[in-house]
Amino acid sequence: MTKGPVLILGATSDMAQAVARSYAALGHPLQLAARRPEALEKLKADLELRHSVPVSLHAFDVLDTGSHPAFIETLPALPEIAICAVGMMGEQVENEQDMAAAAQVMRSNYEGPATILALLANRFDARGSGQIVGISSVAGLRGRATNYVYGSAKAGFTAFLSGLRNRFAKRNVHVLTVLPGFVATRMTEGMDLPPRLTAEPEEVAEAIVKALSKGRNVIYVRKIWWLIMAIITSIPEAIFKKLRI
Amino acid sequence: MPCQTDPVWRYIPVMSELSGWGRFPRHKTQLAAPRSEGAITARVAEGRAIARGNGRAYGDSAVGARQTVSMRYFNHMLSFDEKTGVLVAEAGVILGDVISAFLPRGWFPAVTPGTKFVTLGGMIAADVHGKNHHKDGSFGNFIDWIELIGPDGTLRRCSPRSNDELFRRTIGGMGLTGVILRCAIRLRPVESAWIRQTMQPLENLDAALEAFEAADAATYSVAWIDCLSQGDRLGRSLLMLGEHATAAELSEDKVRYPFETPRKNKKTVPFDLPQGVLSQYTVRAFNALYYWKGARQSGESLVDWDTYFYPLDAILGWNRIYGRKGFMQFQCALPLESSPEGLRALLEATSEAGAGSFLAVLKRFGEQESPFSFPMLGYTLALDFPVNAKTLALMEELDRITLDHGGRFYLAKDSQMSAETLHRSDPRAADYAAYRDSEGLRAPFQSRQSERLSL
Repeated sequence: MTKGPVLILGATSDMAQAVARSYAALGHPLQLAARRPEALEKLKADLELRHSVPVSLHAFDVLDTGSHPAFIETLPALPEIAICAVGMMGEQVENEQDMAAAAQVMRSNYEGPATILALLANRFDARGSGQIVGISSVAGLRGRATNYVYGSAKAGFTAFLSGLRNRFAKRNVHVLTVLPGFVATRMTEGMDLPPRLTAEPEEVAEAIVKALSKGRNVIYVRKIWWLIMAIITSIPEAIFKKLRI
Repeated sequence: MPCQTDPVWRYIPVMSELSGWGRFPRHKTQLAAPRSEGAITARVAEGRAIARGNGRAYGDSAVGARQTVSMRYFNHMLSFDEKTGVLVAEAGVILGDVISAFLPRGWFPAVTPGTKFVTLGGMIAADVHGKNHHKDGSFGNFIDWIELIGPDGTLRRCSPRSNDELFRRTIGGMGLTGVILRCAIRLRPVESAWIRQTMQPLENLDAALEAFEAADAATYSVAWIDCLSQGDRLGRSLLMLGEHATAAELSEDKVRYPFETPRKNKKTVPFDLPQGVLSQYTVRAFNALYYWKGARQSGESLVDWDTYFYPLDAILGWNRIYGRKGFMQFQCALPLESSPEGLRALLEATSEAGAGSFLAVLKRFGEQESPFSFPMLGYTLALDFPVNAKTLALMEELDRITLDHGGRFYLAKDSQMSAETLHRSDPRAADYAAYRDSEGLRAPFQSRQSERLSL
């Protein structure tokens, strides 16, 4: 049986590459999209050699939402699974003062990803099949002083995914929201993260593959994050606003 | 996603405590995992750096004197020639992944060590040998070219045709000529994933050596040796010969999918066993049982590649069975003419000390012409011991016996030898150190081991 193509948006990130490896190992053709696709040549060669699957590279700018419909047309086939791993942390301190930088973070984490996934979802619906994975963040569950610009954009993205899922609940288009918690990636390199709370990118990839095959709706990668976030979201605002976490 | 600006998780340049697979010794080092060639160069520029693959060398070979450069992100396979079996790959690619990718297409590593969890870069640096050394020589015989980052940060390609001295010295050079970045290696064609194994129980050392000489034509040969047996039974062994099974030698059910072997359950050692679980009594019992079981299976059988080449890989984290303090490996090579006497002396010393070793392995080596690689025409014996005062004393005794018999030591296993012992055992060491000086390699590339051994 031939397997459906998997589109990965923001494919240069560590999580995206781990996901690409997992789906290639399962025999899925891959469509890897990134702002600089030439940076993915090595990965393409590697995946094709290891797993004998076709891999195509595509230029994709998440902020250039006007180009998104044309981008979908350039894909060799409408994917069966679309995974959005686009994201940009930015510097909170900068985001507080420089509104252009803040807007960039908001657009990269919310407007851009939502636009492309909405377009794909509509096509999936027209075809009558498709699965969408949005990698959002636990940071979107409650705004905190230390990264609320990024967090608010992720909150918007999480809500968008939830709405999309709701809209297609009775149709054959499924939406999975991933809230990974800490992940040992380029973004977090050199940070002294607590090992018990920090997943490897490969763990995230395995969790996504498994969750999608089971039709799950929202997942945390490490289960403990569910508990942590349950506590954080239940703290009364009067107390929360004075905390520094 | 993580919150980079959280005050709790600020950037701290991490000093990591690193060791090799034996978990002894442990040293502080600055560990970094670069993602670009430029980032590797920056590390090298800081000085006293060493590249690290998957950390399977037993001692401190891949622990940098100051900087340790993990090659984990340089793990891409780049091209493969279906006609010649030449694979071009980055140094951090794991051997097991090469097998997963190419065995189904009829290719197998031309030389493999006893674990598939090594990187290609590590295999080159240690110039690993396999069960076919007596026939095919070491891994270095199957390398077309190597690209490495030198002391000044320039990337050089070396091969038997260009930069040939650098090429020869990099093979078996323990990473001390530069950071190996890419290589082209030749795989061997095979018709199946199965090995035709012949098991011979041999009651003592003389019988084992005789059997090795008689088995010179076999592609693979290795003996497990009971290093606690004494007297007439000193050196009793199980000799395992192997050939890649041809399609014609497979049964009907196997020949339909010749590259498929049954999936095995991996076992994991979940915690450090208490010190002393491996005592001479438990090891003695294990050895007796293992020999008895092997003797009952003597003769020919069909074994899958994973079981034949990598029996220990099935137990993930087996290095924990020696407890928290870790363990040491002893591996020496002895010249052919002094082997019978030398091996006898080594085994006597071991069994007298009652120092149990599960993984005692005896192997015949063929010819080897290299500037600094370990193998030599003769025999090699590998033993492992938990780290304690008694075994440290025994190791010194084994080193002395090896020196007396003109032997030398495997640096990929070494964790405690003195510089004096190395230089006495191997005149090539001084030559290598002089080369490093003349090429300006000593300051930029330095592992804890090379420092200890004055290389």
